[in-house]
Amino acid sequence: MHAPLVPTTRLPIGSDVDLGWVRQQVRQTAARLGFGLVQQTKLVTAASELARNTLVHGGGGHLEMTLLEDGAARGLRLSFVDAGPGIRDVELAMTDGYTSGGGLGLGLSGARRLVQEFTLESRPGQGTTVTLTDWVAGFPSARAGSP
Amino acid sequence: MTGVFAAHPVPVPVLALGDVLLVTLQGELHDGAAGQLQHDVARRIASGPAPVGGVVIDISGVDIVDSFLGRVLAEIAASASLLATRTVLAGMRPAVAITLAELGLTLPGLVTALDVDAALSLLDRAPSPVPPAHPEEGA
Repeated sequence: MHAPLVPTTRLPIGSDVDLGWVRQQVRQTAARLGFGLVQQTKLVTAASELARNTLVHGGGGHLEMTLLEDGAARGLRLSFVDAGPGIRDVELAMTDGYTSGGGLGLGLSGARRLVQEFTLESRPGQGTTVTLTDWVAGFPSARAGSP
Repeated sequence: MTGVFAAHPVPVPVLALGDVLLVTLQGELHDGAAGQLQHDVARRIASGPAPVGGVVIDISGVDIVDSFLGRVLAEIAASASLLATRTVLAGMRPAVAITLAELGLTLPGLVTALDVDAALSLLDRAPSPVPPAHPEEGA
């Protein structure tokens, strides 16, 4: 049943059914890498927020899921890529409570709190890429997202 | 948690347990099914065959709640409240609670219970269709 571990998997994000598929794939991959239940839940929740952004704000796109190894540490990198309108004011979009899509405005800012590393690249008119990286707990890793 | 992935959203069943509507969410809930559920609950309260004394949403089978699902749950409770009906969210998994707190989604308007039995007690309803013996008790 399980696919062999491959370096990078690419999953389309084009419908709400794809969102479910993304959640399931991230969950299974994180479990296989040895993430604990709480860390899995946080990562899948963050992935769900970002995949929905890709779908709703980016007009669809894809997820690139990459397995990472750094010495004994194992991690998972998730990049959500769209070629949509982009984010004009990234700082504003990262603010708790800011929403452009009728949600609760917790998607981006909340997802950032749920993972260890978070980067956002966006250019108006050219799209947005949000990348999350999480390492299996138990190995030292700086929480790069927080000061 | 795994298994066949439905291409079409399957509606979530809304069951009557005495005068309580019981909604059991399981695994994946597609966005479309979530919106449909909100309509179904409101319609059953307002124009169902029998008066509704409360709504219990069992999420013990749900492994993640993101801000979309959180908003749907809060809106179901809010629309039920506007229709004079209380809602209790039952059975949230600990990992989901930890994640929601960190996400900043604490759903202040929602009443919660650890399981369906506790939710029914909160609504002052016994699980079996026995008429309430102590109408003065409870919240």
